Amino acid sequence: MEWVDDAIVLGCRPFGEGKLVADLFARSHGRYGGVVHGGRRAQPIVQAGNLVRAGWKARLSEQLGFFSPLELSEPYAGRLLDNALALSGLASAISLVRAGAPERHAYPTLYDALLVLIESLPTADIWPALYARFELGLLSEIGYGLDLTRCAITGETDHLAWVSPRTGRAATAEAGAPFADKLIRLPPFLCDAEAPIESGDVADALALAGYFLERRLFDQRGEGMPEARRRMIERLGFAGRL
Amino acid sequence: MPSSKSPLAAPEIEALISLLGKVPGLGPRSARRAALQLLKKKDALMLPLAAALQDAAHKIKACANCGMLDANDPCTLCTAPARDDALICVVADVGDVWALERAAAYSGRYHVLGGVLAALDGVRPEDLRIAKLIERASQPGVREIILALSATVDGQTTAHYLTERLSTLGVAVTRLAHGVPVGGELELLDDGTLFTALASRRPS
Repeated sequence: MEWVDDAIVLGCRPFGEGKLVADLFARSHGRYGGVVHGGRRAQPIVQAGNLVRAGWKARLSEQLGFFSPLELSEPYAGRLLDNALALSGLASAISLVRAGAPERHAYPTLYDALLVLIESLPTADIWPALYARFELGLLSEIGYGLDLTRCAITGETDHLAWVSPRTGRAATAEAGAPFADKLIRLPPFLCDAEAPIESGDVADALALAGYFLERRLFDQRGEGMPEARRRMIERLGFAGRL
Repeated sequence: MPSSKSPLAAPEIEALISLLGKVPGLGPRSARRAALQLLKKKDALMLPLAAALQDAAHKIKACANCGMLDANDPCTLCTAPARDDALICVVADVGDVWALERAAAYSGRYHVLGGVLAALDGVRPEDLRIAKLIERASQPGVREIILALSATVDGQTTAHYLTERLSTLGVAVTRLAHGVPVGGELELLDDGTLFTALASRRPS
């Protein structure tokens, strides 16, 4: 079995003495592990966040397999090394994909969203809001999506301001007001791409996505939220980007 | 059904080959060759090696101050009087200290973290010797902390984290430069290295 595809590197680890095992997220094939020949010489290519053109081969589809050819298309990781804030966003996004996307299942929409996010990471004015959208997109892609299209009580599609922690469905400001202490705030930019992003909106969006990631993904596995996400939120706070 | 393959040699020799094969740089074939050489040169090689291994196993430990491996605690590098106490070079592993010492370009003290932060693999700040580094960097007389960590995502994430933790102590925090290696030809360098080399260019 073999394929060739564009892929985002999710990580790598040493394998034996001279080899590496890389974890790639291929656009049309999903997450695949495989041996990278060339060992440390290939390490600049398989840095998390890099975009590569990869071929994967194995005699049997269930085998670990190996990547050949493996060519660097865009060295995103190298471009972010000096940017602490961007690097924290990259680590958090990648840790969520590794946790949320099972191996060998294609998620082209999630792949595209991750690529757009990685491309935006050098621009601190843009990426925190994009990142929050990415998390909600990830939840949706893996089957735990929220319904932010209409109010669960009135059916209205405008002025959505709350989300039910139980159902993950939105409610308008007015309909949700009596239950405000039980609902999670929904920042306008998550429903309306044209809506301005006010101070506190990114924090609210991350709190909303974080709540459902924790309950629907990590709690079910008995795992805590990734350390990388906690560190990213801390850094965003220090940088005044929440 | 029993295996048709009979053991190559006595169990003692098989055990020796098996253990040697676990040493980095040696595979099963080279372990067999090494075992054969050891057995042939018992007095000149095998017994002194066994004694050296035993000696090292009993005496070598991590320095409580810097994390370096040494027979003394504090280690030779921590107690060397000619070294500059004002400089502390932070590295991930003992092998990095050896590499820097080979270059003979640095004469300050070292601090071995014991790895780098790897959020994806679950290595957290508490797993590294960061508290001890903060303690050392807070000592009067320390002027500069040099972060000599790998130019990888994990290495630089660790560097950013340490920079933040050390920022309140009033010491200069510097990092190794990233860029064109000595003898490196531009057309052979990967795009990431070229990007960082250009980004960190300096006045000529």
